[in-house]
Amino acid sequence: MKIVVLVKQVPDTYEDRKIDLSSGLLDRDASDIVPDEINERALESALRYKDGQKATEIVVLTMGPDSATKTLRKMLSMGADSAIHIVDDALAASDMVQTARVLAAAIQRGGFDLVLAGNESTDGRGGVVPAMVAEILGLPLLPSLDALELEAGSVSGTCSIDGGSLSVRAPLPAVVSVTERSAEARFPNFKGIMMAKRKPVETMDRASLDLGTAAVAASVVGSATKRPARAAGTKIIDDGTAAQELAGFLASNRLI
Amino acid sequence: MANILVLIETSSTGGIKASAPGLIGAAAQLGTPVAVVAAAPGTGAAVAGELGRLGAAHVYVAEGEDAGRILAQPQLVALTAAVSAYAPAAVLISNSTESREVAGRLAIRTGGAVAADAVNVRSEDGRIVAVHSVFGGDYTTESWVRDGLTIITIRPGSIQERAAAATAELTVAPLAAADFPAAIIEQVHEAGADTGRPALRGATKVVSGGRGLGSKDNFVLVEQLADALGAAVGASRAAVDAGYVPQSYQVGQTGVAVSPQLYVALGISGAIQHRAGMQTSKTIVAINKDEDSPIFEVADFGIVGDVFTVVPQLIEAINAHQLTAAH
Repeated sequence: MKIVVLVKQVPDTYEDRKIDLSSGLLDRDASDIVPDEINERALESALRYKDGQKATEIVVLTMGPDSATKTLRKMLSMGADSAIHIVDDALAASDMVQTARVLAAAIQRGGFDLVLAGNESTDGRGGVVPAMVAEILGLPLLPSLDALELEAGSVSGTCSIDGGSLSVRAPLPAVVSVTERSAEARFPNFKGIMMAKRKPVETMDRASLDLGTAAVAASVVGSATKRPARAAGTKIIDDGTAAQELAGFLASNRLI
Repeated sequence: MANILVLIETSSTGGIKASAPGLIGAAAQLGTPVAVVAAAPGTGAAVAGELGRLGAAHVYVAEGEDAGRILAQPQLVALTAAVSAYAPAAVLISNSTESREVAGRLAIRTGGAVAADAVNVRSEDGRIVAVHSVFGGDYTTESWVRDGLTIITIRPGSIQERAAAATAELTVAPLAAADFPAAIIEQVHEAGADTGRPALRGATKVVSGGRGLGSKDNFVLVEQLADALGAAVGASRAAVDAGYVPQSYQVGQTGVAVSPQLYVALGISGAIQHRAGMQTSKTIVAINKDEDSPIFEVADFGIVGDVFTVVPQLIEAINAHQLTAAH
């Protein structure tokens, strides 16, 4: 079994994240850049299968600037076997279609049985790249699985939808995306960190992928505005009458 | 006016899901709403009347056995056919687990692109613009699609506009066969016992509890206040991690993002990840015993106090107010 895990580096959600108001794009210098937690869960799902099936090969794949190497090294130290890093200034500010085309082209080069991804990144939150990759590759997608069961020949799992959940199954090869409810990621151990230094990281640029030259549709960001900081309102210390005061506040705002 | 396609989500029994009124309402801002449905054979006509009442001028139903049995493909095939038939200026799709897959695939299939997770749409100089609320509402961005079909996924519950009722013109067509290996729906599990409370996503009032509740048993206090207010129940990540409530209750960066008229935070410190999921609420109320909790920085009304003292008094005061108002 060969599993490709898609990863992305994102600004840390434990800090303020910023957008460059002139370009409408992420200000990468404003926050710490970390592997998206959701990708670590996707990798964890692959690693759990590999724990039982040692012959499994796990490749992590990212498109991103030079600094994304750090994210790949973390994934390798968790237990992935090798990494592919697509890095090209011409790909900066790619929209989701462009990103999916690049990822799909890289996936196709190496062969695979399963592509695993997070269901949505914590920065863009678009949530459509896995579906686009699946469509380009002509494969089924099991979207937003809370847990997945991988067998020779098929993958299955449960996804939550409004009003309930679905049990779904697809033949391999397939694309699967996982949610925050999926496998809790392991921490890299010392041995893993040492071994990661020797694991192969292949870098590629746009030209080394077969993408064609035809113009494609793109989603473009036109403007960005920062929401005015929310001003703190009334803060009272309860002296036994606070609940009454709050009820009065809610009533005067027609909230009760 | 240009046609605007709307993908209608249906339940396992063929009923129209709650996302439809907002999607059709958004489409009516941009042009003529055309509702597209993938349905089991013989069931399409039944939904046309309701979709007309919601404002759809046309209803395109693709009927086939695959609907409800195969994931995403029936909707994708139906929409692709409708794109050819109606030459729309845009396609609006709910940003839900099941539908956004359709959006991604449709973009590749039709040479379009996706403006994702919009909270509003508008038409400007002949261009369709999607408005997004990003990084937990810290920023508002606008985007549009160039050189291809505009496909917009809409955040559930974000569109308040509703279209005027219309008499929908119904077209029923056979659903074309699937054209790639299918993801099969093996079983549909309906959500457990209905609590009678509104769903968290899209609720107009939300009461959330945090670690400050102290235990799963104490979390009932959050539910009691929610019921007094007619609100949905949410929770912070800390409360979810502590096992007080299931993860589906989580409000925040990695849970549901809510934007209600009233948000009440009980025993929630207000970590940045939590605020990312609720700070665009119209009115925020916080009750927490720690005076320095960051939640007070965004609260319109904050009480430094014990939730176990204040909340029962508050419920009593709300009930008293409602009794008075009823007379």
